[in-house]
Amino acid sequence: MAKVATDFEFKHHEEDATFGELLKPVYRGKKLTDEINTAEDKWNLLPAFLKVKGLVKQHLDSFNYFVDTDLKKIIKANQLVLSDVDPEFYLKYVDIRVGHRSTSSTKDYIVPPHECRLRDMTYSAPIYVDIEYTRGRNIIMHRDVEIGRMPIMLRSNKCILNNADEKVMAKLNECPLDPGGYFIVNGTEKVILVQEQLSKNRIIVEADEKKAIVQASVTSSTHERKSKTYVITKNDRIYLKHNSIAEEVPIVIALKACGVVSDLEIMQLVCGNDSSYQDIFAVNFEEAARSKIYTQQQALEYIGSKVKTVRRQKLSILQEGIEAIATTVIAHLTVEALDFREKAMYVALMTRRVVMAMFDPKMVDDRDYVGNKRLELAGQLMSLLFEDLFKKFNNDFKANIDKVLKKPNRAMEYDALLSINVHSNNISSGLNRAISTGNWSLKRFKMERAGVTHVLSRLSYISALGMMTRISSQFEKSRKVSGPRALQPSQFGMLCTSDTPEGEACGLVKNLALMTHITTDDEEEPIKKLCYLLGVEDITVIDSYSLHLNYAVYLNGTIIGTIRFPTKFVTLFRHLRRTGKVSEFISIYTNSHQKAVHIATDGGRICRPLIVVTGGKSLVEAHHLKKLLEGELQFDDFLKLGLVEYLDVNEENDSFIALYEKDIDVNITHLEIEPFTVLGAVAGLIPYPHHNQSPRNTYQCAMGKQAIGAIAYNQFKRIDTLLYLMIYPQQPMVKTKTIELIDYDKLPAGQNATVAVMSYSGYDIEDALVLNKSSIDRGFGRCETRKKTTTILKRYPNHTQDIIGGMRVDENGEPIWQHKSLGPDGLGEVGMKVESGQIYINKSVPTNASDSVLTQTNAQYRETPVVYRAPEPSHIDQVMMSVSENDQALIKVLLRQNRRPELGDKFSSRHGQKGVCGIIVKQEDMPFNDDGVVPDIIMNPHGFPSRMTVGKMIELISGKAGVLNGTLEYGTCFGGSKLEEMSQILVDKGFNYSGKDMLYSGITGECLEAYIFFGPIYYQKLKHMVLDKMHARARGPRAVLTRQPTEGRSRDGGLRLGEMERDCVIAYGASQLLLERLMISSDAFEVDVCNKCGLMGYSGWCTSCKSAENIIKMTIPYAAKLLFQELLSMNIAPRLRLDDVFEQ
Amino acid sequence: MSNIVGIEYNRVTNTSSNDFPGFSKDLDGAWDVEKFKNTFDVKISSLNDREANFDLIHIDTSIANAFRRIMVSEVPSVAVEYVYFFNNTSVIQDEVLAHRIGLVPLKVDPDMLSWIDTSLPEEEKFTDENTIVLTLNVKCTKNPDAPKDATDPEILYRSSSVYARDLKFEPQGKQVETFAKCPVVAADPNILLAKLRPGQEISLRAHCILGVGNDHAKFSPVCTASYRLMPHINITQPITGEDAKKFAKCFSEGVIGIDSNGQAVVKDARHDTVSREVLRHEEFNGKVKLGRVRDHFIFNVESSGAMTPEEIFFKSVRILKNKAEYLKNCPIS
Repeated sequence: MAKVATDFEFKHHEEDATFGELLKPVYRGKKLTDEINTAEDKWNLLPAFLKVKGLVKQHLDSFNYFVDTDLKKIIKANQLVLSDVDPEFYLKYVDIRVGHRSTSSTKDYIVPPHECRLRDMTYSAPIYVDIEYTRGRNIIMHRDVEIGRMPIMLRSNKCILNNADEKVMAKLNECPLDPGGYFIVNGTEKVILVQEQLSKNRIIVEADEKKAIVQASVTSSTHERKSKTYVITKNDRIYLKHNSIAEEVPIVIALKACGVVSDLEIMQLVCGNDSSYQDIFAVNFEEAARSKIYTQQQALEYIGSKVKTVRRQKLSILQEGIEAIATTVIAHLTVEALDFREKAMYVALMTRRVVMAMFDPKMVDDRDYVGNKRLELAGQLMSLLFEDLFKKFNNDFKANIDKVLKKPNRAMEYDALLSINVHSNNISSGLNRAISTGNWSLKRFKMERAGVTHVLSRLSYISALGMMTRISSQFEKSRKVSGPRALQPSQFGMLCTSDTPEGEACGLVKNLALMTHITTDDEEEPIKKLCYLLGVEDITVIDSYSLHLNYAVYLNGTIIGTIRFPTKFVTLFRHLRRTGKVSEFISIYTNSHQKAVHIATDGGRICRPLIVVTGGKSLVEAHHLKKLLEGELQFDDFLKLGLVEYLDVNEENDSFIALYEKDIDVNITHLEIEPFTVLGAVAGLIPYPHHNQSPRNTYQCAMGKQAIGAIAYNQFKRIDTLLYLMIYPQQPMVKTKTIELIDYDKLPAGQNATVAVMSYSGYDIEDALVLNKSSIDRGFGRCETRKKTTTILKRYPNHTQDIIGGMRVDENGEPIWQHKSLGPDGLGEVGMKVESGQIYINKSVPTNASDSVLTQTNAQYRETPVVYRAPEPSHIDQVMMSVSENDQALIKVLLRQNRRPELGDKFSSRHGQKGVCGIIVKQEDMPFNDDGVVPDIIMNPHGFPSRMTVGKMIELISGKAGVLNGTLEYGTCFGGSKLEEMSQILVDKGFNYSGKDMLYSGITGECLEAYIFFGPIYYQKLKHMVLDKMHARARGPRAVLTRQPTEGRSRDGGLRLGEMERDCVIAYGASQLLLERLMISSDAFEVDVCNKCGLMGYSGWCTSCKSAENIIKMTIPYAAKLLFQELLSMNIAPRLRLDDVFEQ
Repeated sequence: MSNIVGIEYNRVTNTSSNDFPGFSKDLDGAWDVEKFKNTFDVKISSLNDREANFDLIHIDTSIANAFRRIMVSEVPSVAVEYVYFFNNTSVIQDEVLAHRIGLVPLKVDPDMLSWIDTSLPEEEKFTDENTIVLTLNVKCTKNPDAPKDATDPEILYRSSSVYARDLKFEPQGKQVETFAKCPVVAADPNILLAKLRPGQEISLRAHCILGVGNDHAKFSPVCTASYRLMPHINITQPITGEDAKKFAKCFSEGVIGIDSNGQAVVKDARHDTVSREVLRHEEFNGKVKLGRVRDHFIFNVESSGAMTPEEIFFKSVRILKNKAEYLKNCPIS
């Protein structure tokens, strides 16, 4: 390769680098004529990948699969609705579609997403079915029957934004950078988080070394049921365990029940001819022999007698046994014509795995291994829910039909179509409710899952994006096991290594890495056939003796045959996949410990693309990359050409992957596309993360989501509950390739601040920052909050309704102070200032809404205005009047507040270094350098030694070099601008090599005695601002029951002097202070105590003694008085005995 | 004692002045007017209506710094302080637009205005003596003459960008005469204030008053005013040959020359940026001493446009003088 392309060539500033731009012939200064260097340029595959896949493609793919394929499968599985009454009647679902009718080619009009957001509606499309049913003797076809509405995932193929260009997006008030992948339900954006769980229908072998238990378990999951089958050891004997069988069944009996009657055959199936396995297993024959079970019938009866069932009609014990083996044990294997052979094989193989683990404890599986996990996406969850709702719909429908058909003499022939529409709301409302509450309750699995959906966080662009790549684990948070939380080596390149929350969900909530794909289900049958064609011997014809002689071939965890030459088979299979004959997401790998070849076609596997290497040479060559840059080749072409392929975790583990081209030798099978793809989108914002201490990167991942910045291009059109926006956001001086790929440079959240690392004023201890007042004056760190208030004008049954009153005026015709910001229509006027106590929606409700008075003429109204209460005034930004879905007037008012940074506001760099503003210093007091440059922020150097954020220092030097050079520098992980080059630029521009400048004190004017590390660092302003938190109270509201001050800032509450503070005061002996804090300033109450009976009276009169003689006034806490009275009500009489403290 | 600040590899030495009484037994150190008159020197190296570069030589750090500080924060200038919106249908919010307008430097002689009396009520506060009124009335329309294939909003629409030059001066009362010769304009006409699209409109009125940079950065008359100390390079041992070339490269261009003997000589220390690059190289160890002259200040004053830099500097001198006089007249009891 002639010329090594240096990083410099990437640095040309380009304003608009969309994906199109990325793939343009000239990209970032790289011309077509330039030499292509595969080592440097192969990263271009990444933007190409993201162009076709995008960051939320997994959600979209999954939803598309659900709407296009899964729905049809569900319909097929629940095709018929029959009647118990009329055997002639049937209704059959033929087809199902979402969003368009079969009769018209155009899609139905659906209310655009932004209107849904504003009008609190659900973004959904109608579900149409084609049906065929009988009416009397006739068979009738009916097309396009609407059975409900389906919430649509934004940017999926049913969404109107699908394939929309920027112009269309702008017209629809949508942001072209918004990733989509969420739903809009009742006006709120909801995300269905990716759920991580243990893979279904796979055998997992585990060992408990303390209890000497080995168990193999498999979770069977079908459309109808979910069940778990175990093969478990107990005192070195092996049993089959299932929840619906009361007792553990000795394995030999279980195998006999499956039709393997001969002990020899059992031995062959389980152990093959391996004598050490035979020794371990032999003991199991005893138990069956002792129970005198020799035949299949005996075994089935044995099992049948132990089955726990709740059945309507009683079955015989034998039938129970058959039923159990056929349908409940290992339920995902279907039994046809009572041929249990396949099931016997499966149980035998599970047993074999247990025996293997007993022989060699290393032969167990790792639950936390990412290859043993499956990710459940929106589409799968929706399909579970839809099937449940559809079944319920059909049941109700059937009940309705039966009701009608039961009636003997009908005048007309019954048309079933009439009863279909009655329940059409069930499906829509069921889907809506589930998404908006996040409660996934499925009747058929008895599953009750809460917190599946979350409101899409729109705090910043990054927080929204981060949410779309988030994966939540089903694992309990309270359990104290470290395994599931730990970083797994197998998550390399699949799940981000840095992005996880701190605290209780640490390690359980994960994020996808940048270049991942989650598979959807693929057809099994064709693959099975293909395997047989490639020389796999069918399992059904293999004799038990030769089962373990060859490698076993498993398809989705189920054995389908054996193969004599596994290596050749795997190579052939991979070749077919690379040539596109087999879906690219099907994985195949050899497990030589188990002597098995595994093929996986199931959905939910994480996989990622890698460059194929054969014969010690990367297949992607310079001319391919050149064509990619020219736009001749797309990412998919690379797949089709077999240059790049997807590997899932299991297959990745079976490959030799070189990190860099220089590491390739003959054994290598694959090459990484770009090493920085180990990180996810959020961690990708950090410049030079490979120089930081790892927890710092994790902290930044949490804080990047709290940074105030630009949210979307449509941010000013949105009316969200709470929105923080930065007035002048800047793209960072030190970017990363990830930043460009996820468009963070177009929707940034932060500003490049000139930072001096020095101690100043003493107000900078404990990470506090010193801010320059003039910088703030000029707009540094300015932000805006926008808060929404919603009001609905209700209509009442008696024809009265809520109204908006006009403004009230004083004698001069001027509006009264409270109504100053109102317009004549009683709503706040756009642009007006609202101060605390002023009204911005002057609403009134009818006093009499329940009476059925039909006269509206003299309706009485009570004012219920919306009053603004906040320490700082706001401005009215927008007023929206609309009609909601249920025809009620909907009013939304957006209040805006402009905020300049103040003492206590929180800032953070991109290296997990947060700090609050400790002091704001005037510009003339700030240190300055030779050019008169004054820092925006002074940061205390004590922040560095213990945090070890070297990346931040390099960011400063790169940023400074960029500023001097007029370029944007890169801090990409495992790459980026080199420190030596950056330092050289500094030297060339007349600055010191180390980035440290001589500064003059702004106060004395003298030179500072130390050189100061000085340059730009990208700072984020975090959402935690003093204005939202400050709180103080002298007097204020009290709780009704106890008369003690209320709690919390929102209720203008008091600051509690708690137990520990009380302890201090007691220890100090300040009894009067104690009395004041605990009673006088809280709930002091004067009571009349009768010194004779000890009970409390009132008005100087004791009601129990009927006298005023011994009444003494005293002050006690109201809560104490309340306690006495409550005790009285329980028949306990607390009596007060009073004495003088000071004897007279 | 030396008046050279030592620039060492990792520290700066001798930063404080020591010519004050009691510093040492031998020297008197008392400040003397005559001595000051004889030694003090001002050299102007460049001067135009936006930027000035001049040296103050043999003056105490505190005085030089006082000039700098006063120029930044105490020399009064005029800026927009109150903005009254009649209409604003653009995407930019009222507060943000007001902030932007406030930061626009105006070409007004601050001496033509008097200070505002903040104690007065709103109606009486503004008079023709203390307030300048600017108005901004822009409405964006479609350009009917735009070519069909145009995509540039500047061509497609009329007044799609609002610039500082669109701020129109409205003389009040006697201002018609007083400001006849020097109407108020923005110092830089091409500052972008807002962007508009057809149908959007901005209509506002801005009151400009006198203020100081202390109060808000917009009142500061300078972009920056600062100084640096005169660099000082002392070659203690001769550096010749290739080393001399390398030595010259360690400094800004033109600082080090090579004489006829091939020896490095200091040609022009003033232009050096003191990057301390030379201290990183082993071979020059002990051969050169870097320093800066502690009482030689190279000032750089950059005006924001209302006044000339020399005017700003003289004003700072006057303010300092007034302060000194005030202090002098203070009855110290």
